[in-house]
Amino acid sequence: VTDALYTNLGWLPKAPVDFRRRCRSVDEAKMGLGSALRALASYSLDQNQLFHLAKAIERAREAGRTRKPLVPFRLGLLSNATVDLLVPALIATAARHGIDLEIIQGGYDQTVQEVLSPDSKINQAKPDAVLVAIDHRGLPFLNPLSDPIAQKTAVYGALDYLETIRSAIKANSGSTCILQTIPPGPETLFGNLDAVLPETPTRMVQEVNAGIVAMVSGTADVLLDVAHIANTVGLANWHSPTHWDMAKLPFSDDYCPLYAEHVCRIIGALRGKSRRCLILDLDNTLWGGVIGDDGLEGIQIAEGDATGEAYRALQRFALDLRGRGIVLAVCSKNEDEIARLPFRKHPGMLLRENHIAVFQANWKDKPANIRAISDALALGLESMVFLDDNPVEREHVRQELPEVAVPELPADAALYARTLSAAGYFEAIFFSREDVGRADFYQDNARRIELQRQSGGLDAYLRSVNMEIAFQPFDKTGRARITQLINKSNQYNLTTRRYTEAEVSKMEKDPAFFTLQVRLSDTFRDNGMISVVICREDGPGEWEIDTWLMSCRVLGRCVEHMVLKHITEQAKKRGIHKLKGKYIRTDRNKLVEDHYSKLGFVQVGDDGNGCYSYELGVETASFEDIPIAVVSDIA
Amino acid sequence: VDTGGIYSKLTAIFREVFDDETLVVSPALTAKDVPGWDSLRNIRLMLTVEKAYGIRLTASEIGKLQDVGDLARLVQSKF
Repeated sequence: VTDALYTNLGWLPKAPVDFRRRCRSVDEAKMGLGSALRALASYSLDQNQLFHLAKAIERAREAGRTRKPLVPFRLGLLSNATVDLLVPALIATAARHGIDLEIIQGGYDQTVQEVLSPDSKINQAKPDAVLVAIDHRGLPFLNPLSDPIAQKTAVYGALDYLETIRSAIKANSGSTCILQTIPPGPETLFGNLDAVLPETPTRMVQEVNAGIVAMVSGTADVLLDVAHIANTVGLANWHSPTHWDMAKLPFSDDYCPLYAEHVCRIIGALRGKSRRCLILDLDNTLWGGVIGDDGLEGIQIAEGDATGEAYRALQRFALDLRGRGIVLAVCSKNEDEIARLPFRKHPGMLLRENHIAVFQANWKDKPANIRAISDALALGLESMVFLDDNPVEREHVRQELPEVAVPELPADAALYARTLSAAGYFEAIFFSREDVGRADFYQDNARRIELQRQSGGLDAYLRSVNMEIAFQPFDKTGRARITQLINKSNQYNLTTRRYTEAEVSKMEKDPAFFTLQVRLSDTFRDNGMISVVICREDGPGEWEIDTWLMSCRVLGRCVEHMVLKHITEQAKKRGIHKLKGKYIRTDRNKLVEDHYSKLGFVQVGDDGNGCYSYELGVETASFEDIPIAVVSDIA
Repeated sequence: VDTGGIYSKLTAIFREVFDDETLVVSPALTAKDVPGWDSLRNIRLMLTVEKAYGIRLTASEIGKLQDVGDLARLVQSKF
């Protein structure tokens, strides 16, 4: 079946036969409970398996055992259908995305009551996000109508209803809203004419969907495009009147794993878990044949050739991903010169050497090379996807580096691109212009490291690239990118505190906060926003540095010194005499464990649990000549 | 579908749904006999039977089931 890729999440490896036993005994896992739960969630699981895994997660929760490194997320769930079967599927699937999910369920078909009353269960819980899982049966419209005016009213009525829910959630719980598009039914009223007449259900659903998209775009709320998911697997498969009648299931039970996967991708993206780098094998992955054996003329990658076109489709998709900011790298067992030959000489290749940020072709094992790529790019293993046609290599990487996503690939190379896309590793909740050049940024950074090795010394090198820095407080223009950085920076992040766009917006006006967005440009390019700082008044004359993060692209360029210099100058102007900083250890931010001591702060506390406190007297701070020019400043 | 075959297949399904390796299914078995067989788990069970046999069960068919014997006969009637 062609849709098995989607229905069975075909990019995930099959679950072991003793999966249930493993769920029961997961508490005894050597690797740590959180990691063991995530490993179990990373198989292709049916509804029963998801249910058993969710039970294991609930058991761990009730026993008060830590689920780290899973990151907590609380989701409110509103629906006009039965979601009791969906809840365990969501909890188990979330672990696949590194999330420890707690669900607060609204009453069955009580959506409006839940959101409008400030003391309802959902509003009281103030979840991180609320999923408004309403389908066509839950909207106040959809009697086939006879005149165009009544039809318009019906569309507006449905959109009004959703807007009411959305604004009530904003007002009463402040949560991010996840809104769904409505999959149209396969049933028609007139037949083919339905597409032509605006008063048919088919057309009304289309208009409502357009309205939902408009409602969400440009806001901090997020769209779950259920209509697209349903179209992908087929509307007649998706809608199951039998299952609706049996148990008020909103769609066929077969798609429960797929739906949960999509919801959890979005939650993962909200928590900065989306992946950022695609590592490609070469022989029989990027072209047909083996370059070392078949030679430049023997490999299959020609335009117009049936086999060649299959591989070209994958190359085209990789290029498109690069265009939206995904970094590309190569990891192949080959001689370097030979492996580079097709990129340089073959006319059928779409990918060229300049698209590849790190090229690892040698005879070392693949896990070692993937580690090297991760180091060169300063991107964690959790950001990596590894694509390889060879099941042995795939399994080796999964065993050695469980953080790396390694999709199963079908025998037919024509389906590689589709499989990679279906796996949804690069889910985004928004897209800013600065994302476009992201692949170049990482690539230039890898090149800069090369340059540094050649040039006379770090200081001389830094001076030669003419860095210019700009400081501004948080504002509306920067808000989306600030929120993005806050939610996805893991490595150069002192406290890893996440804030929603709504919370960031509040800080813009709150006098208790001193906020900074920092941009950096140099001879190579404008790096865009690369650092965010939030200071909060904490006692008279004292600032607590709540958040300090920086993009790893600008590591080792004295940016943090310049930022501190700016903070101390501003602090003096505002009568602040002491800065207090915290380093909260996670498994991702070892990079900054000496951040404050390197900057001259004095350690004053250690709670024994990975949280270290530092202080700096503003008057005592001193700075050497920093090779960065300040181009704009706040008054 | 032969009768012996259906009970061994149903046994495998019950073990999967109730996560209990000791369950053995017989015609007289009812919801009272199996811990955790509530209405939600019953839906889970019916959906698993549907999937295992590639069939659909309607709400009214499910509503009439009294014991596992009824379920086995219902499944057999679909072939």
